[in-house]
Amino acid sequence: MRHETLARSTATPTKVLPMAPSGNPTYLQISNLWKAFGDFHALKDVSLDINEGEFVCFLGPSGCGKTTLLRAVAGLDLQSRGMIRQGGKDISTLPPSKRDYGIVFQSYALFPNLTIARNIAFGLENTKRPKAEIEARVKELLALVGLPDQANKYPSQLSGGQQQRIALARAIAISPGLLLLDEPLSALDAKVRVHLRHEIKELQRKLGVTTIMVTHDQEEALSMADRIVVMNHGVIEQVGTPTEIYRHPRTLFVADFIGETNKLDARATDSNCVAFGKSELRCALHRFETDQSVIATIRPEDVIPHEAGSKSSDTGNLIDVVIGEMEFLGSFWRTRLRGEKLGDEVLIADFSINATRRLGLAEGGSLTVELPADRLLVFPRGGGHGSSH
Amino acid sequence: MAAVTDTLMPSGRLPRQHLDRDDMVKRGLMIVISLYLIISLAAPLYVMLSKSFSTYSFDLTAYEFQVSDAAGNFGQTATAATLNDRLSLLSPDKLATNADGRLAATSFFPEFSFRSPVKYRIRGTTPDTAYLIGSDLHRGTEWQELDSNTFRRVALRSSRSTGLDNYISYFSTPSLFRSVQNSLFIAVISTVFTVGIAFGFAYAISRSCMRFKGAFRMIAMAPILVPSLLPGIALIYLFGNQGMIRDVLFGTSIYGPLGIVIGSVFFTFPHALIIISTALAISDQRHYEAAASLRASKWRTFWTVTIPGARFGLISAAFVVFTLVITDFGLPKVIGGQYNVLAVDIYKQVIGQQNFEMGAVVSVILLIPALAAFVVDRLVQKKQVALLSARSVPYAPKPNRKFDFYCLMWCTLVAIFIVGILLVCQLAALVKFWPYDLTLSLKNFAFNHMDGGGWGSYKNSIQLAALTAVFGTIIVFTGAYMVEKTEGFWKGRAVFHFLAMLPMAVPGLVLGLAYIFFFNNPANPLHPIYGTMAILVVCTITHFYTVGHLTALTALKQIDGEFESVAASLKQPFYKLFAKVTVPVCLPAILDISIYLFVNAMTTVSAVVFIYSADTALASVAVLNMDDAGDIAPAAAMGMMIFYTNVLARLVHAFLSRAVLARTQAWRTRG
Repeated sequence: MRHETLARSTATPTKVLPMAPSGNPTYLQISNLWKAFGDFHALKDVSLDINEGEFVCFLGPSGCGKTTLLRAVAGLDLQSRGMIRQGGKDISTLPPSKRDYGIVFQSYALFPNLTIARNIAFGLENTKRPKAEIEARVKELLALVGLPDQANKYPSQLSGGQQQRIALARAIAISPGLLLLDEPLSALDAKVRVHLRHEIKELQRKLGVTTIMVTHDQEEALSMADRIVVMNHGVIEQVGTPTEIYRHPRTLFVADFIGETNKLDARATDSNCVAFGKSELRCALHRFETDQSVIATIRPEDVIPHEAGSKSSDTGNLIDVVIGEMEFLGSFWRTRLRGEKLGDEVLIADFSINATRRLGLAEGGSLTVELPADRLLVFPRGGGHGSSH
Repeated sequence: MAAVTDTLMPSGRLPRQHLDRDDMVKRGLMIVISLYLIISLAAPLYVMLSKSFSTYSFDLTAYEFQVSDAAGNFGQTATAATLNDRLSLLSPDKLATNADGRLAATSFFPEFSFRSPVKYRIRGTTPDTAYLIGSDLHRGTEWQELDSNTFRRVALRSSRSTGLDNYISYFSTPSLFRSVQNSLFIAVISTVFTVGIAFGFAYAISRSCMRFKGAFRMIAMAPILVPSLLPGIALIYLFGNQGMIRDVLFGTSIYGPLGIVIGSVFFTFPHALIIISTALAISDQRHYEAAASLRASKWRTFWTVTIPGARFGLISAAFVVFTLVITDFGLPKVIGGQYNVLAVDIYKQVIGQQNFEMGAVVSVILLIPALAAFVVDRLVQKKQVALLSARSVPYAPKPNRKFDFYCLMWCTLVAIFIVGILLVCQLAALVKFWPYDLTLSLKNFAFNHMDGGGWGSYKNSIQLAALTAVFGTIIVFTGAYMVEKTEGFWKGRAVFHFLAMLPMAVPGLVLGLAYIFFFNNPANPLHPIYGTMAILVVCTITHFYTVGHLTALTALKQIDGEFESVAASLKQPFYKLFAKVTVPVCLPAILDISIYLFVNAMTTVSAVVFIYSADTALASVAVLNMDDAGDIAPAAAMGMMIFYTNVLARLVHAFLSRAVLARTQAWRTRG
């Protein structure tokens, strides 16, 4: 199921953005941030610029430092070294109350004894606004998050998804310059999550508020973010648009963490050639020296099936294989391919229902597959950066 | 954009976050309440401790005298020590005294006459040597020349030295040392009985399907509402020299260990029951199902599942009961007869003999079991939490006629014991003159005709309880909030937490005595509150601080930890959040703290008995004093007044809690 969405997102290679946040001026500037807990370093020299109006996701496995980074931006956990500037102003050591942001936590943190209306009005009271204006603003916000008639209920009377929307309304009530979302959807069930994803993104576009969302869910990040910041072990692995991250991972970690990928033990033979098993194939350009041990990756859906023995490809890069186990996953077949040419490696490929039918693929059958050179990426062994670009 | 992993963090100092006004206010409040606890607890204890190591004696070598003849020619200089040796006036043990000791200078001059024309000179040999001329204190090595009539009024002052002398003399006094043995004996026996009976009671309530569980629970809590010495009075009425059923004891006297143990079981029972009930309530149904599926016998299941599951509760209950008994003083005072225990020793040393240093020694000794109980209780609490898992299935008993019947019998017996004691007191309060005139009257409630402060003391108690409940709740809850919801400031919070836990380890008697040492010192700027209602309120709040603090912490920990962050991001000061959200959400816990403080302020004797004054006599102390004066029936009547008041307070609390829940906690019920 996860793969299905991934396949879809690759099917639309260019995201149409109504605004062009990447062209906007820098709003938040994070420079050389470190965070130490004793000997453990949760953030290691992290630098990042976020543009005005941009929706940025911090994505990574648990313990990668993404929440620590968010809490440093919020002033909830002070960084050990480094600087943060927001709107040109140094906020590195300001307390949370002196910074300009709204925040939504995973737990929603709605005040249980206050009605929905008073929850949303919480940040508006005490600002010398007339009561009528506050009421109007609350009404407007309730309409904005699609819950116009829930004003007098208590949080416990709402569903999880509704509570999350109220938390969002409360956070944006004071029109903050920055919206921080800390795993806002992870406590919800799958259907609500998909629905809210879309709504939050819409809302963010409408308001144009610079937004940072922390998530460990790659689907969420791929579908919502203008740019994704992939983190691991306290460092930023890659920053890029969802398509960049998916199509052109800079590191083996990113290639492996986002979506599915085949990792093949290989050897560099030329600046655009790589060998594994008994094959030598052309691949994306790299800078490894000849005979250096590398890892070659290709996503299952990038493997193109041809009739057995086919030689008619423009690019070459064909391998004859035998079909192993086939697993039906709804919209496609996940297929394990073996063959003399592959050596000991097993290649996993996803074949559409159509292709499977057209080519009459079945377990034990033979097949020729094409590994497009520009999709065959090369990385050094043991992580680090590829040189494919 | 990618970072380099093998660089090291640049050296330098950690940045410090700017504090906003909220942080300042929170830390400020925490420091204020810390100071309160230091002044009302740590400092008095410290003074008491140092007092217990202080001995006072007259240092005769430090004084020099000269005497003139009638013509005014002064003779040889002689130290007081020389004069003493020459005349063999005072033996060395007569030189030991207390902090306030005075020795008339004339005692070294047997021929002294205040009419004689002879003149005297006195000086010290050290700058610190002190002596009084009339009421003026003099120090130093300057000669003072005085005529006979003035010399008559010269007194030497004692000097202080530090050491273990007090302890040595305590342990070498056989009668005092016997109190230690007696106290241990009483405490151990009472602990065994109370824990046994309470375990049976708790077991019956949690594991059987008997009827009247609610009524039993209510009755079991009744002893908390009366002073600990009330069962003593009931026992005197039942088994005393003119007791209703004294023959039941076949000549054994109720005055002594027997009476103390029975009374102790009565007043410690609810405390043990609460702890053991909690321990039994967290048992997991699945363990019993597993045992049943393994065909374990009921007996074996009891010893392999029930007891191990409740063992922490049993240990904790045993220590709490032990401490309560060994530090209780009201009960042995009333029914102990000639049987001396530690707690009464303190009272006798201080109130009877004004020997404060020895009182301090006994206090320090009494601190040892209390501290041990405190430490064990803390360790056990930590372990018990670990036993609880979110997936536990609570035990649901199945009906079993025979077992349920035995349980009902056991609980009925215990209930009869508790209700019986209270009924006897009620009867004693209402009968005209036991056992000669059994007509009912209210004459025993005419407290104004008795010792002990009369109805004024009852009014004072109500005032004390109300003030303690109001101010205590505010201080305790605010303190707990600050320590729980402040970011950073780790050291300050650790210190505060320690101070808040400390009162639990200090017996009331010890606290009261420490207050005398600390506040009844004219040099202390807080001396003016000595003898006022204020010191009683401060003492009572501090004495019962810890339980309230823990209750507040538990309630606060259940609140989402991100509320403060959200409020800060919305630019709202913390006190808005505190008033609008924290307090309303914690209101049930706040009410619990206030009723706890109220009830305990009504019944407490041990701490306040040392520091009440004629103007601030208290009902609970009046019970003690009237009993002491032989007015046992009025003592019982006053005890019952405390009981009625606490029952009423409980009812008001229950009513308020319900009203508050209905009004402000509508959010708790899902619509």
